[in-house]
Amino acid sequence: MAAAADRIPLVRLRGVSKHFGEGETRVDALREVSLDVFPGQVVALLGPSGSGKTTLLNVIGCIIDPAAGSMELDGEKVLADGRWLRTDLRRLRLDKIGFIFQFHNLIPFLDATDNVALVLQLAGADAAAARRRAVELLDYLEVGHRRASMPAKLSGGEAQRVAIARALANRPRIILADEPTAALDSKRAGIVMDLLRKVAIEHDAAIIAVTHDEKIFDRFDRIFNLRDGRLEDDAAAGDRPAPGGGMAVA
Amino acid sequence: MNLAYRDIRHNLGRFLLTCVGLGLLLGVVLAMIGIYRGLVVDALTIARAPAIDLWVVEANTRGPFAEASRIPGDIRESIARIAGVSAAGSITYQTVETEHMGDKLRLYVIGYEPTRPGGPPQIVQGRAIARSHHELVADAATGLVPGDRIRLGRTVFTVVGLTRHQVNSGGDPAVYATLADAQKLQFDLSPPAARVQQARGAGEASRDTVNAVVARLHPNASPDAVAETVRRWKHLAAITQEAQELILTRSLVDRARRQIGLFTSLLLVVSAVIIALIIYTMTMEKLKQIATLKLIGAPDRTIIGMIVQQALALGFIGFAIGATLIVNIKDYFPRRVVLEPDNVVILGSIVFAVCLLSSGLGVRAALKVDPATALGG
Repeated sequence: MAAAADRIPLVRLRGVSKHFGEGETRVDALREVSLDVFPGQVVALLGPSGSGKTTLLNVIGCIIDPAAGSMELDGEKVLADGRWLRTDLRRLRLDKIGFIFQFHNLIPFLDATDNVALVLQLAGADAAAARRRAVELLDYLEVGHRRASMPAKLSGGEAQRVAIARALANRPRIILADEPTAALDSKRAGIVMDLLRKVAIEHDAAIIAVTHDEKIFDRFDRIFNLRDGRLEDDAAAGDRPAPGGGMAVA
Repeated sequence: MNLAYRDIRHNLGRFLLTCVGLGLLLGVVLAMIGIYRGLVVDALTIARAPAIDLWVVEANTRGPFAEASRIPGDIRESIARIAGVSAAGSITYQTVETEHMGDKLRLYVIGYEPTRPGGPPQIVQGRAIARSHHELVADAATGLVPGDRIRLGRTVFTVVGLTRHQVNSGGDPAVYATLADAQKLQFDLSPPAARVQQARGAGEASRDTVNAVVARLHPNASPDAVAETVRRWKHLAAITQEAQELILTRSLVDRARRQIGLFTSLLLVVSAVIIALIIYTMTMEKLKQIATLKLIGAPDRTIIGMIVQQALALGFIGFAIGATLIVNIKDYFPRRVVLEPDNVVILGSIVFAVCLLSSGLGVRAALKVDPATALGG
């Protein structure tokens, strides 16, 4: 872990809490969660339903407001004392975070290339450059031959690769994945996870995935268990040294 | 990247079908506006046809259209001599029903003096009346053509010319006959009725009665002043052209006009609600995509742009379909449908505004979408 200590984490959470409701209906979804995820790491968030996995993913993705805590993303402090330090959270997501969804969530009226090019154009790229980069990414993820296909015509694995290409389009160093293999069979799930590991290493990115998929546990550098909103380092999942230099539950 | 266009292209068949449905609805709205305008124009057509400035009718009446009016035919000469009057003509109006080629035909017979004001405004086929008896100029809507012979009362007339768009406020097409023929048609009794009258000892009433005398004034003469002169010295009612048109629109067709106007307004409201529902539904179907767009960082203006552009495209294409449809079939309506460019522009503007307002509902729904809903399946 000495290497990890020398490096700046891509995701750093300190004392992040989030609750829903008040009084008798109050549910503490996250209780003082602290976490560091370093470049090159692929980590899993596990836990039963209602344990706070998706809430944690939403907080890291700057989608919901936490009640307390601080957060740094890619070296930038974005949350302090439960308050966002930036008002343009969508722009922050566009620039720093890539999202991968359970059911790929590709825009159904755009072909594979345009699904990827869309995020580039939203970030300000011109149409031709966006399409060029989209094609490059699709080739990199080995779905270049389906670049003109509409999402409905893609298989589950192909659609998820296109979704990964979209997540990578703006070169984010943080990728959040929500059950990325839940809709895939074990073979395709393995392929997708290998791709995510490759992306993490080659792009020096951190990948945080919510999953229940036991067949892919061995693809993660680290597994965290969430129980009643508290984060526990899962010793049972092994303490494999991460390719990027390790991680820690602070 | 234009998301609205891409979405429409992806679901083109469905979108066009929605546009056709909306187009039919807007076509009905346009047709109602056209019928409304047609009713007003029809009511004014006959009054405007002689291109005169003054109507002289029976005292204390608002004839000859809103109320019955009968005045002696020789009044025309005394009207013609009033200062400011350049020409005057006697005129009669009556509705008759006859048969032609086995079909019932309702006609509005206008009797006039061929050398004086009161005749058809233009001859589009054939010629004007040249003989003093038994010739007719008919409106094209009667279905008659020059050379046709038709019986009116006890007389057979020959159609010598056609005019266009001359109908009364009830929509009956007009035929023009000489004043003498029209008076004969109005006052000649059938032989049995004449025998009954003779048996009663009733004398033959004078036939030289007309419904109105119409007068054309010199350019510098004041219609109000001449009308006042007629009222004061001739003991008749005199109505300026402007007042006559007001009587026609305010009295004669007012209820029908208001009825159609109200119905048109209701149709407009229904159209607005339907447009709003279509756009709202289109947006609701895309909530997951909108949540995804928000999550990946799309700004609100991208999402609003997509909804508003689709709403405007729907309204524009629907309106174009409706307008094209009505413009092409309006002549097949039994009564005149008058669509002026300003009607089309105004309805187009209303549809544009409705689409913008309706898209507001969709935009509101889209802006309320939580990007977190894109996660979690």
